[in-house]
Amino acid sequence: MNKLLLAALVSGAMAVPAFAADYTIMAPAAPGGGWDQTARSIQEALTAEGISGNVQVTNVPGAGGTIGLAQFATQESGNANALIVGGYVMVGAILTNASPVTLDNITPIARLIGESDVIVVPANSELQSMDDLVAKLKADPGSVSWAGGSAGGVDHIIAGLVAKAVGVDPTKVNYIAYSGGGEALAAVLGGQVTVGISGYGEFESQIAAGELRALAMSGENQMDGIPTLSETGVDVTVENWRMIAAAPDITDEQKAAITADIKKMAESATWKSILETKGWVDMYLDGDAFDTQLAADIESTTTVLKDIGLVQ
Amino acid sequence: MDTFGLLAAGFAAALQWQNLIYAFIGVTLGTAVGVLPGIGPALTVALLLPVTYRLDPAGSLIMFAGIYYGGMYGGSTTSILLNTPGESASIVTALEGNKMARKGRGGPALATAAIGSFVAGLIATLAMAFVAPWLVRIAISFGPADYFALMVLAFVTVSAAFGDSALRGVTALFIGLGLGVIGIDLQTGQARLAFGIPDLLDGIEVTTLAVALFAIGETLVVAAARGGLDDDIVAVKGSIWMTMEDWKRSWPAWLRGTLIGFPIGAMPAGGAEIGTFFSYAAERRLTKHPEEFGHGAIEGVAGPEAANNASAAGTLMPLLTLGLPTTATAAIMLAGFQQFGLQPGPLLFTNNAQLVWALIASLLVANFMLLVLNLPLIGVWVRLLTVPKPWLYAGILLFATLGTLGANGAMSGNLFGLRFSFELMMLLGFGILGYVLRRFGYPIAPVVIGLILGPLSEQQLRRALAISQGDPMVLVHSPLAISLYVIAAAAVLVPLWFRLRGKGQVFSQLAADED
Repeated sequence: MNKLLLAALVSGAMAVPAFAADYTIMAPAAPGGGWDQTARSIQEALTAEGISGNVQVTNVPGAGGTIGLAQFATQESGNANALIVGGYVMVGAILTNASPVTLDNITPIARLIGESDVIVVPANSELQSMDDLVAKLKADPGSVSWAGGSAGGVDHIIAGLVAKAVGVDPTKVNYIAYSGGGEALAAVLGGQVTVGISGYGEFESQIAAGELRALAMSGENQMDGIPTLSETGVDVTVENWRMIAAAPDITDEQKAAITADIKKMAESATWKSILETKGWVDMYLDGDAFDTQLAADIESTTTVLKDIGLVQ
Repeated sequence: MDTFGLLAAGFAAALQWQNLIYAFIGVTLGTAVGVLPGIGPALTVALLLPVTYRLDPAGSLIMFAGIYYGGMYGGSTTSILLNTPGESASIVTALEGNKMARKGRGGPALATAAIGSFVAGLIATLAMAFVAPWLVRIAISFGPADYFALMVLAFVTVSAAFGDSALRGVTALFIGLGLGVIGIDLQTGQARLAFGIPDLLDGIEVTTLAVALFAIGETLVVAAARGGLDDDIVAVKGSIWMTMEDWKRSWPAWLRGTLIGFPIGAMPAGGAEIGTFFSYAAERRLTKHPEEFGHGAIEGVAGPEAANNASAAGTLMPLLTLGLPTTATAAIMLAGFQQFGLQPGPLLFTNNAQLVWALIASLLVANFMLLVLNLPLIGVWVRLLTVPKPWLYAGILLFATLGTLGANGAMSGNLFGLRFSFELMMLLGFGILGYVLRRFGYPIAPVVIGLILGPLSEQQLRRALAISQGDPMVLVHSPLAISLYVIAAAAVLVPLWFRLRGKGQVFSQLAADED
């Protein structure tokens, strides 16, 4: 594979000494996106901290990560050096695409980071608060157009959950899907839609500049004084988390070794400084606690996607 | 400091000798990776970005700019010489550029592409420095209905510019539109025409289709033709450099291409390739040498290449002023900026003025470095065509296959336990389609254009109608959309009117077959 060859040449040129575990991380997304950035940040931290000598990132984009996931599960079985990045978006994509390969077919290691969604309106919007939005939504759900990422993704799921929580039929949500947060941001700024919903990082600088007004955060904690949804009386809490997983059919010892490596990386200074620069929130969780959380997320996502009508 | 002072300071940073070396390395690396068909600038930059992390911010930015421009130019080189576009934005370049190369005019074609890119990059970067905030405001006021009107205009002008038979052109366009429907529908998340094949969920990759139709299709035509090796490719005929006549015909095309490409690049949902379509259509309309179109008209290379580069600079405007990454390459740049704690957005120009202007200066320096590096190399590149034909086509097949495998080569297909690359099978399948189309005289470019414009226009139309809750009047609600429809109507009616008045010769010549 060309990319691998190039990556090998590039990293070879940097003359990195060989360490015990040489990991290959699959980013099941195109270069530049969130998963790709996560994979490349893990690569950076693992090598900088000397946990692994040679880490390579491969991109297999498509269909909310399910194409990469399917390839990873079938081709890397039993390979203790293979890792894959994934996240909440993948949970939804597996369901909407009726993917034959699910997260049960790989070995989740740890949840690493999370990002809260934020609901915004243009600065000149008549909607001043979440209460105004809820009132408008209750009066005529179709009149509120929501701009966010692809259908069935975390943005869409949160819009559906908000509608459901305030007693509006989630199938009536007028959700306009854009490819990537950038286009959605343009639509909100240009006043093409009523509200925008996307990751906080996408809208952060516009909120700071006063171009957008933030109504609520979807996560557990306030951010820059923006209230959470539950504080505004809408009982919804969702974080868009990202995780790292290993191949299926690895031994318990191998799983433990990978978990130890990842834990060491997640506690390292390099990783902390990457989180700082990228504005990612540390949501490290591993072992049984992560497995329980994952199961709960899959269950609630299945319910809401059925409510919205995207999954039968 | 005022804009000029800041730009001068940016240049002072970019022009230090070690930075020039970084620019040189970047351009060389970028060109080397970019010539592989199927590997466009986005992937090139993503692959090489980690190399730049080790440098200081200024050095890193300038090397990055070099890689970016090198990658783009590398794509044009293979388009022109081997008829294998590396990315969607250089598909149009292949149309005329490859015809020129076959007639021994590969040198001027490469030169006009390089100089045109430089001129467009220069004008567009300067324009960006001065009108960015103002132009971006207009660009984001484009709503879904306006985009749809723009797409209608693109369909009308583009289909008028290809092929001598409207029926054949439209048939080819509809094949492309049909292929564009395949994959997960963005608005509903449901798979369409994927037949349960996971590789089809994300739709047909534009570069796979383009490389297949152009490169593989052509190879098959040559292989199938009786005595096909008679029609010799002339590597060099006349001057390897551009003649006076070439200059005279190129420069207005460069300027028009820049004018078309820049604003389209600034639009959040524009895309570089749409600018190249418009530019090609415009050059074909305005040329004084319509008989050459389809047989290697230099304007047809100069205009779209300038449009492509101007549009790339235009892309930076929403990125720097709004933090809006509108292309894959821009998204990767965003990741690059974050390495230095830069947060693109409305406050970037105030908070990090120095780095932003260093970046703008770096782009200009890298653009210039590309010219310095590549003009002397043109002689070497065109020697490629002196390779005996069977070897040349074998080489084209090899590179087309390698590029496809490199960009998307997962061995994901499985038939009776036999693993294969699905993308490669699609490449071969579409190659046969390309052969059949050529064999029966159908133009192939509209197929690719249909695949690009079809999904874009569909999404915009559905967004417009969803926001208006089904009221079709929203489509003609804004003055912008109405003006675009008027231009589209004029583009259809004016030639008809001329033809009726007996001035049809010009336009029937204009419609010479592209093959």
